Amino acid sequence: MHNNLYTYCLRLGDTSLILGQRLGDWCGHGPVLEEDIAMTNIALDLIGQARAYYSYAAEMEGKGRTEDDIAFLRSERGYFNVLLAEQPNGDFAMTMMRQFLISTYQYYFYLELKGSNDATLAALAEKSVKEVAYHQRHSSEWIKRMGDGTEESNQRIKNALEACWLYTGDLFDADDTDREMVKAGTGVDLQKIKPRWESKVKEVFSEAGLEFPQDVFMVLGSRSGRHSEHLGHLLSEMQVLQRSYPGATW
Amino acid sequence: MPATINRQRILQRIREIPDPEVPVITISDLGILRDVVFDGNHAEVQITPTYSGCPAMKAIEDEIVTVMREEGVEGVKVKLVYSPAWTTDWLNEDAKERLRAYGIAPPGKTSSDKNLLAVHPKEIKCPRCGSVNTVLVSPFGSTACKSLYKCESCLEPFDYFKCH
Repeated sequence: MHNNLYTYCLRLGDTSLILGQRLGDWCGHGPVLEEDIAMTNIALDLIGQARAYYSYAAEMEGKGRTEDDIAFLRSERGYFNVLLAEQPNGDFAMTMMRQFLISTYQYYFYLELKGSNDATLAALAEKSVKEVAYHQRHSSEWIKRMGDGTEESNQRIKNALEACWLYTGDLFDADDTDREMVKAGTGVDLQKIKPRWESKVKEVFSEAGLEFPQDVFMVLGSRSGRHSEHLGHLLSEMQVLQRSYPGATW
Repeated sequence: MPATINRQRILQRIREIPDPEVPVITISDLGILRDVVFDGNHAEVQITPTYSGCPAMKAIEDEIVTVMREEGVEGVKVKLVYSPAWTTDWLNEDAKERLRAYGIAPPGKTSSDKNLLAVHPKEIKCPRCGSVNTVLVSPFGSTACKSLYKCESCLEPFDYFKCH
Protein backbone atom coordinates (compact mmCIF):
# COMPACT_ATOMS: atom_id res chain seq x y z
CA MET A 1 0.00 0.00 0.00
CA HIS A 2 2.83 2.31 0.88
CA ASN A 3 4.48 1.62 -2.45
CA ASN A 4 1.20 2.15 -4.26
CA LEU A 5 0.75 5.57 -2.71
CA TYR A 6 4.32 6.51 -3.60
CA THR A 7 3.82 5.46 -7.22
CA TYR A 8 0.49 7.28 -7.32
CA CYS A 9 2.14 10.54 -6.19
CA LEU A 10 4.83 10.13 -8.82
CA ARG A 11 2.19 9.73 -11.53
CA LEU A 12 0.44 12.93 -10.52
CA GLY A 13 3.70 14.84 -10.06
CA ASP A 14 5.14 13.58 -13.35
CA THR A 15 2.14 14.57 -15.48
CA SER A 16 2.20 18.06 -13.98
CA LEU A 17 5.98 18.42 -14.25
CA ILE A 18 6.29 17.20 -17.83
CA LEU A 19 3.35 19.30 -19.02
CA GLY A 20 4.76 22.29 -17.11
CA GLN A 21 8.13 21.75 -18.75
CA ARG A 22 6.50 21.67 -22.22
CA LEU A 23 4.57 24.90 -21.54
CA GLY A 24 7.74 26.58 -20.26
CA ASP A 25 9.15 26.23 -23.77
CA TRP A 26 6.60 28.81 -24.96
CA CYS A 27 8.11 31.49 -22.72
CA GLY A 28 9.04 34.38 -24.98
CA HIS A 29 7.50 32.68 -28.03
CA GLY A 30 3.76 33.05 -27.45
CA PRO A 31 1.59 34.22 -30.35
CA VAL A 32 0.55 37.29 -28.32
CA LEU A 33 1.77 38.62 -24.98
CA GLU A 34 -1.35 37.57 -23.07
CA GLU A 35 -1.00 33.96 -24.23
CA ASP A 36 2.72 33.94 -23.44
CA ILE A 37 1.75 34.93 -19.90
CA ALA A 38 -1.21 32.53 -19.78
CA MET A 39 0.87 29.49 -20.78
CA THR A 40 3.70 30.28 -18.40
CA ASN A 41 1.22 30.94 -15.57
CA ILE A 42 -0.35 27.55 -16.23
CA ALA A 43 3.14 26.02 -16.24
CA LEU A 44 3.87 27.67 -12.89
CA ASP A 45 0.70 26.25 -11.34
CA LEU A 46 1.55 22.78 -12.68
CA ILE A 47 5.15 22.81 -11.52
CA GLY A 48 4.00 24.02 -8.11
CA GLN A 49 1.59 21.09 -7.94
CA ALA A 50 4.35 18.70 -9.00
CA ARG A 51 6.53 20.00 -6.17
CA ALA A 52 3.78 19.28 -3.66
CA TYR A 53 3.23 15.70 -4.88
CA TYR A 54 6.97 14.99 -5.04
CA SER A 55 7.54 16.45 -1.57
CA TYR A 56 4.82 14.21 -0.20
CA ALA A 57 6.38 11.21 -1.95
CA ALA A 58 9.83 12.05 -0.56
CA GLU A 59 8.42 12.46 2.94
CA MET A 60 6.60 9.14 2.64
CA GLU A 61 9.75 7.40 1.43
CA GLY A 62 11.59 8.61 4.53
CA LYS A 63 15.08 8.30 3.05
CA GLY A 64 15.89 12.00 3.22
CA ARG A 65 15.45 12.54 -0.52
CA THR A 66 13.98 15.79 -1.74
CA GLU A 67 11.54 16.87 -4.47
CA ASP A 68 14.57 17.74 -6.64
CA ASP A 69 16.07 14.25 -6.34
CA ILE A 70 12.77 12.79 -7.47
CA ALA A 71 12.26 15.28 -10.31
CA PHE A 72 15.71 15.28 -11.89
CA LEU A 73 17.41 11.93 -11.45
CA ARG A 74 15.21 9.34 -13.15
CA SER A 75 15.34 7.98 -16.69
CA GLU A 76 12.38 7.57 -19.06
CA ARG A 77 11.23 4.20 -17.71
CA GLY A 78 11.03 5.74 -14.25
CA TYR A 79 8.53 8.45 -15.25
CA PHE A 80 4.80 7.88 -15.12
CA ASN A 81 3.32 10.98 -16.71
CA VAL A 82 0.44 10.39 -19.11
CA LEU A 83 1.66 10.03 -22.72
CA LEU A 84 -0.31 13.07 -23.83
CA ALA A 85 1.74 15.36 -21.57
CA GLU A 86 5.04 14.66 -23.31
CA GLN A 87 3.78 15.24 -26.85
CA PRO A 88 5.59 18.17 -28.51
CA ASN A 89 4.09 21.66 -28.40
CA GLY A 90 3.61 21.89 -32.17
CA ASP A 91 1.64 25.00 -33.00
CA PHE A 92 -0.66 26.93 -30.66
CA ALA A 93 -3.62 24.78 -31.68
CA MET A 94 -1.74 21.61 -30.71
CA THR A 95 -0.70 23.10 -27.37
CA MET A 96 -4.27 24.19 -26.56
CA MET A 97 -5.79 20.84 -27.62
CA ARG A 98 -3.28 18.95 -25.45
CA GLN A 99 -4.02 21.33 -22.58
CA PHE A 100 -7.78 21.04 -22.95
CA LEU A 101 -7.77 17.24 -22.93
CA ILE A 102 -5.41 17.00 -19.94
CA SER A 103 -6.89 19.86 -17.88
CA THR A 104 -10.40 18.46 -18.28
CA TYR A 105 -9.06 15.07 -17.16
CA GLN A 106 -7.22 16.61 -14.18
CA TYR A 107 -10.33 18.58 -13.22
CA TYR A 108 -12.58 15.53 -12.86
CA PHE A 109 -9.71 13.49 -11.39
CA TYR A 110 -8.89 15.99 -8.63
CA LEU A 111 -12.56 16.61 -7.90
CA GLU A 112 -12.88 12.89 -7.18
CA LEU A 113 -9.52 12.74 -5.35
CA LYS A 114 -10.82 15.33 -2.85
CA GLY A 115 -12.72 12.40 -1.35
CA SER A 116 -9.56 10.35 -0.74
CA ASN A 117 -9.08 8.90 2.73
CA ASP A 118 -5.48 10.10 2.61
CA ALA A 119 -5.71 13.58 4.15
CA THR A 120 -2.70 14.99 2.29
CA LEU A 121 -3.84 13.74 -1.12
CA ALA A 122 -7.32 15.11 -0.46
CA ALA A 123 -5.91 18.50 0.52
CA LEU A 124 -3.56 18.64 -2.50
CA ALA A 125 -6.45 17.67 -4.74
CA GLU A 126 -8.62 20.43 -3.32
CA LYS A 127 -5.87 22.92 -4.05
CA SER A 128 -5.07 21.57 -7.52
CA VAL A 129 -8.67 21.43 -8.73
CA LYS A 130 -9.15 25.17 -8.26
CA GLU A 131 -6.13 25.92 -10.40
CA VAL A 132 -6.81 23.40 -13.17
CA ALA A 133 -10.34 24.79 -13.46
CA TYR A 134 -8.76 27.98 -14.79
CA HIS A 135 -6.54 25.98 -17.18
CA GLN A 136 -9.55 24.03 -18.41
CA ARG A 137 -11.67 27.14 -19.00
CA HIS A 138 -8.88 28.94 -20.82
CA SER A 139 -8.01 26.08 -23.16
CA SER A 140 -11.65 25.19 -23.90
CA GLU A 141 -12.30 28.81 -24.95
CA TRP A 142 -9.47 28.51 -27.45
CA ILE A 143 -10.78 25.20 -28.81
CA LYS A 144 -14.10 26.90 -29.53
CA ARG A 145 -12.50 30.00 -30.98
CA MET A 146 -10.22 28.06 -33.30
CA GLY A 147 -12.79 25.45 -34.28
CA ASP A 148 -15.34 28.07 -35.11
CA GLY A 149 -12.82 30.59 -36.45
CA THR A 150 -11.20 30.75 -39.84
CA GLU A 151 -10.61 27.95 -42.33
CA GLU A 152 -6.97 27.86 -41.25
CA SER A 153 -7.69 27.79 -37.50
CA ASN A 154 -10.26 25.05 -38.05
CA GLN A 155 -7.78 22.95 -40.01
CA ARG A 156 -5.08 23.42 -37.40
CA ILE A 157 -7.33 22.44 -34.51
CA LYS A 158 -8.50 19.38 -36.48
CA ASN A 159 -4.87 18.37 -37.04
CA ALA A 160 -4.20 18.89 -33.36
CA LEU A 161 -7.14 16.70 -32.41
CA GLU A 162 -5.86 13.92 -34.65
CA ALA A 163 -2.36 14.18 -33.15
CA CYS A 164 -3.70 14.03 -29.58
CA TRP A 165 -6.66 11.66 -29.64
CA LEU A 166 -4.74 8.38 -29.85
CA TYR A 167 -3.16 9.18 -26.44
CA THR A 168 -6.44 9.79 -24.63
CA GLY A 169 -6.99 6.10 -23.95
CA ASP A 170 -3.84 6.15 -21.83
CA LEU A 171 -5.50 8.67 -19.47
CA PHE A 172 -8.00 6.03 -18.35
CA ASP A 173 -5.81 2.94 -18.64
CA ALA A 174 -6.11 1.68 -15.05
CA ASP A 175 -3.59 -0.87 -13.75
CA ASP A 176 -3.33 -2.90 -10.53
CA THR A 177 -2.01 0.10 -8.60
CA ASP A 178 -5.04 2.15 -9.64
CA ARG A 179 -7.41 -0.67 -8.70
CA GLU A 180 -5.79 -1.29 -5.32
CA MET A 181 -5.79 2.41 -4.55
CA VAL A 182 -9.51 2.60 -5.33
CA LYS A 183 -10.20 -0.45 -3.17
CA ALA A 184 -8.31 1.18 -0.31
CA GLY A 185 -10.46 4.33 -0.62
CA THR A 186 -7.42 6.41 -1.49
CA GLY A 187 -7.36 6.64 -5.29
CA VAL A 188 -9.68 7.61 -8.12
CA ASP A 189 -11.86 5.20 -10.08
CA LEU A 190 -10.99 6.13 -13.66
CA GLN A 191 -14.05 4.38 -15.08
CA LYS A 192 -16.17 6.69 -12.96
CA ILE A 193 -14.64 9.91 -14.28
CA LYS A 194 -14.34 8.83 -17.92
CA PRO A 195 -17.98 9.54 -18.82
CA ARG A 196 -17.74 12.98 -17.20
CA TRP A 197 -14.63 13.76 -19.22
CA GLU A 198 -16.24 12.49 -22.42
CA SER A 199 -19.36 14.55 -21.82
CA LYS A 200 -17.40 17.78 -21.31
CA VAL A 201 -15.18 17.10 -24.33
CA LYS A 202 -18.25 16.41 -26.50
CA GLU A 203 -19.87 19.62 -25.27
CA VAL A 204 -16.86 21.78 -26.18
CA PHE A 205 -16.23 19.97 -29.48
CA SER A 206 -19.82 20.49 -30.55
CA GLU A 207 -19.52 24.25 -29.93
CA ALA A 208 -16.24 24.21 -31.85
CA GLY A 209 -17.66 22.31 -34.79
CA LEU A 210 -15.41 19.31 -34.17
CA GLU A 211 -16.31 15.64 -34.45
CA PHE A 212 -15.89 13.45 -31.38
CA PRO A 213 -13.56 10.73 -32.76
CA GLN A 214 -14.71 7.12 -32.69
CA ASP A 215 -12.83 3.82 -32.98
CA VAL A 216 -9.33 5.24 -32.84
CA PHE A 217 -6.49 2.85 -31.94
CA MET A 218 -5.14 3.92 -28.57
CA VAL A 219 -1.46 3.98 -27.63
CA LEU A 220 -1.01 2.93 -24.00
CA GLY A 221 1.84 2.38 -21.55
CA SER A 222 2.47 5.33 -19.23
CA ARG A 223 1.53 3.36 -16.10
CA SER A 224 4.53 1.09 -16.63
CA GLY A 225 6.85 3.84 -17.81
CA ARG A 226 6.64 3.04 -21.53
CA HIS A 227 6.88 6.32 -23.34
CA SER A 228 6.98 7.84 -26.81
CA GLU A 229 10.33 8.88 -28.28
CA HIS A 230 9.70 12.45 -27.14
CA LEU A 231 10.24 12.02 -23.42
CA GLY A 232 13.93 11.23 -23.67
CA HIS A 233 14.70 14.47 -25.47
CA LEU A 234 12.65 16.47 -22.98
CA LEU A 235 14.43 14.86 -20.03
CA SER A 236 17.89 15.40 -21.48
CA GLU A 237 17.22 19.13 -21.58
CA MET A 238 15.44 19.25 -18.25
CA GLN A 239 18.07 17.23 -16.40
CA VAL A 240 21.32 18.39 -18.02
CA LEU A 241 22.20 20.82 -15.24
CA GLN A 242 21.57 18.37 -12.39
CA ARG A 243 23.39 15.60 -14.16
CA SER A 244 26.38 17.74 -15.12
CA TYR A 245 26.71 19.21 -11.64
CA PRO A 246 25.22 16.65 -9.24
CA GLY A 247 23.85 18.22 -6.10
CA ALA A 248 23.96 21.74 -7.54
CA THR A 249 21.82 24.26 -5.69
CA TRP A 250 21.02 27.96 -6.20
CA MET B 1 20.44 38.58 20.63
CA PRO B 2 18.03 38.42 23.59
CA ALA B 3 18.79 35.79 26.23
CA THR B 4 15.20 34.59 26.46
CA ILE B 5 12.69 34.80 23.70
CA ASN B 6 9.72 37.16 23.87
CA ARG B 7 6.87 35.07 22.48
CA GLN B 8 4.36 37.92 22.31
CA ARG B 9 6.69 40.16 20.37
CA ILE B 10 7.64 37.33 18.02
CA LEU B 11 4.00 36.55 17.29
CA GLN B 12 3.33 40.20 16.57
CA ARG B 13 6.29 40.46 14.20
CA ILE B 14 5.41 37.23 12.37
CA ARG B 15 1.81 38.35 11.95
CA GLU B 16 2.97 41.63 10.45
CA ILE B 17 5.20 40.12 7.79
CA PRO B 18 3.96 41.72 4.56
CA ASP B 19 3.23 39.90 1.35
CA PRO B 20 6.38 40.57 -0.75
CA GLU B 21 4.33 41.41 -3.88
CA VAL B 22 1.61 43.44 -2.17
CA PRO B 23 3.21 45.01 0.92
CA VAL B 24 -0.03 46.61 2.14
CA ILE B 25 -1.33 43.25 3.33
CA THR B 26 0.27 40.85 5.78
CA ILE B 27 0.53 37.08 5.84
CA SER B 28 -1.96 37.21 8.68
CA ASP B 29 -4.44 39.21 6.54
CA LEU B 30 -4.08 36.65 3.77
CA GLY B 31 -4.66 33.69 6.04
CA ILE B 32 -1.28 32.26 5.01
CA LEU B 33 -0.11 32.16 8.62
CA ARG B 34 -1.88 29.31 10.38
CA ASP B 35 -0.07 28.71 13.67
CA VAL B 36 3.12 29.31 15.63
CA VAL B 37 4.08 26.58 18.08
CA PHE B 38 6.86 27.21 20.58
CA ASP B 39 8.88 24.51 22.29
CA GLY B 40 11.45 26.13 24.56
CA ASN B 41 13.88 27.87 22.26
CA HIS B 42 12.51 26.20 19.16
CA ALA B 43 9.51 27.09 17.08
CA GLU B 44 7.41 25.67 14.29
CA VAL B 45 5.54 28.06 12.03
CA GLN B 46 2.71 26.59 10.01
CA ILE B 47 1.76 28.29 6.77
CA THR B 48 -0.72 27.44 4.07
CA PRO B 49 0.40 28.09 0.49
CA THR B 50 -1.84 30.20 -1.73
CA TYR B 51 -1.25 29.18 -5.34
CA SER B 52 0.78 25.99 -5.83
CA GLY B 53 3.58 27.67 -7.75
CA CYS B 54 3.59 30.99 -5.91
CA PRO B 55 7.24 32.13 -5.75
CA ALA B 56 6.46 34.59 -2.94
CA MET B 57 6.00 31.67 -0.54
CA LYS B 58 9.77 31.14 -0.50
CA ALA B 59 10.35 34.82 0.29
CA ILE B 60 7.78 34.60 3.09
CA GLU B 61 9.46 31.49 4.52
CA ASP B 62 12.85 33.23 4.46
CA GLU B 63 11.40 36.28 6.21
CA ILE B 64 9.85 34.10 8.93
CA VAL B 65 13.22 32.43 9.55
CA THR B 66 14.98 35.83 9.64
CA VAL B 67 12.56 37.27 12.19
CA MET B 68 12.86 34.16 14.35
CA ARG B 69 16.65 34.26 14.27
CA GLU B 70 16.70 37.97 15.14
CA GLU B 71 14.51 37.21 18.14
CA GLY B 72 16.90 34.55 19.38
CA VAL B 73 14.95 31.45 18.48
CA GLU B 74 17.52 28.69 18.04
CA GLY B 75 15.70 26.31 15.74
CA VAL B 76 12.82 27.30 13.51
CA LYS B 77 10.92 25.01 11.19
CA VAL B 78 8.47 26.29 8.60
CA LYS B 79 5.84 23.69 7.86
CA LEU B 80 3.49 23.77 4.88
CA VAL B 81 -0.05 22.86 5.86
CA TYR B 82 -2.40 22.11 2.96
CA SER B 83 -5.63 21.49 4.80
CA PRO B 84 -7.99 23.29 5.03
CA ALA B 85 -7.25 24.57 1.51
CA TRP B 86 -6.44 28.26 1.25
CA THR B 87 -9.24 30.42 -0.09
CA THR B 88 -9.58 34.13 -0.81
CA ASP B 89 -12.63 34.07 1.49
CA TRP B 90 -10.12 34.32 4.35
CA LEU B 91 -9.26 37.91 3.40
CA ASN B 92 -11.22 40.28 5.65
CA GLU B 93 -12.96 43.46 4.46
CA ASP B 94 -10.24 45.73 5.82
CA ALA B 95 -7.55 43.85 3.90
CA LYS B 96 -9.70 44.00 0.76
CA GLU B 97 -10.01 47.77 1.10
CA ARG B 98 -6.24 48.10 1.47
CA LEU B 99 -5.83 46.06 -1.71
CA ARG B 100 -8.22 48.34 -3.56
CA ALA B 101 -6.43 51.46 -2.34
CA TYR B 102 -3.18 49.93 -3.57
CA GLY B 103 -4.69 49.62 -7.05
CA ILE B 104 -5.67 45.95 -7.07
CA ALA B 105 -9.34 45.03 -7.38
CA PRO B 106 -10.08 42.72 -4.40
CA PRO B 107 -11.53 39.22 -4.86
CA GLY B 108 -15.26 38.71 -4.65
CA LYS B 109 -16.80 35.99 -2.52
CA THR B 110 -16.22 32.50 -3.89
CA SER B 111 -19.29 30.99 -5.42
CA SER B 112 -21.19 28.34 -3.51
CA ASP B 113 -21.72 26.80 -6.95
CA LYS B 114 -19.69 23.59 -6.82
CA ASN B 115 -19.19 23.53 -10.57
CA LEU B 116 -15.97 25.50 -10.88
CA LEU B 117 -16.01 25.18 -14.66
CA ALA B 118 -19.21 27.20 -14.94
CA VAL B 119 -18.18 30.13 -12.79
CA HIS B 120 -18.14 33.39 -14.69
CA PRO B 121 -16.44 36.44 -13.21
CA LYS B 122 -18.98 38.88 -11.77
CA GLU B 123 -18.86 42.66 -12.21
CA ILE B 124 -15.40 43.83 -11.29
CA LYS B 125 -15.13 47.45 -10.09
CA CYS B 126 -12.20 49.57 -11.22
CA PRO B 127 -10.07 50.20 -8.09
CA ARG B 128 -9.34 53.73 -9.27
CA CYS B 129 -12.61 55.21 -10.47
CA GLY B 130 -15.12 52.66 -9.17
CA SER B 131 -16.77 52.04 -12.54
CA VAL B 132 -18.18 48.57 -13.29
CA ASN B 133 -17.62 49.23 -16.98
CA THR B 134 -14.55 47.00 -16.97
CA VAL B 135 -13.40 44.27 -19.32
CA LEU B 136 -11.23 41.18 -18.82
CA VAL B 137 -8.02 41.38 -20.84
CA SER B 138 -6.59 38.06 -19.63
CA PRO B 139 -7.41 35.63 -16.82
CA PHE B 140 -3.66 35.28 -16.30
CA GLY B 141 -1.99 38.44 -15.07
CA SER B 142 1.30 39.58 -13.64
CA THR B 143 1.28 36.87 -10.97
CA ALA B 144 -0.43 33.51 -10.50
CA CYS B 145 -3.08 35.07 -8.25
CA LYS B 146 -4.14 37.92 -10.53
CA SER B 147 -6.05 38.59 -13.74
CA LEU B 148 -5.61 41.61 -15.98
CA TYR B 149 -8.55 43.97 -16.53
CA LYS B 150 -9.08 47.26 -18.32
CA CYS B 151 -11.42 50.04 -17.24
CA GLU B 152 -13.47 51.43 -20.13
CA SER B 153 -14.38 54.52 -18.11
CA CYS B 154 -11.00 55.85 -16.95
CA LEU B 155 -9.09 53.73 -19.51
CA GLU B 156 -6.55 52.46 -16.95
CA PRO B 157 -5.52 48.79 -16.76
CA PHE B 158 -5.61 47.10 -13.35
CA ASP B 159 -4.99 43.76 -11.68
CA TYR B 160 -7.80 41.72 -10.14
CA PHE B 161 -7.01 39.38 -7.25
CA LYS B 162 -8.60 36.14 -8.44
CA CYS B 163 -11.32 34.44 -6.47
CA HIS B 164 -9.91 31.13 -5.32
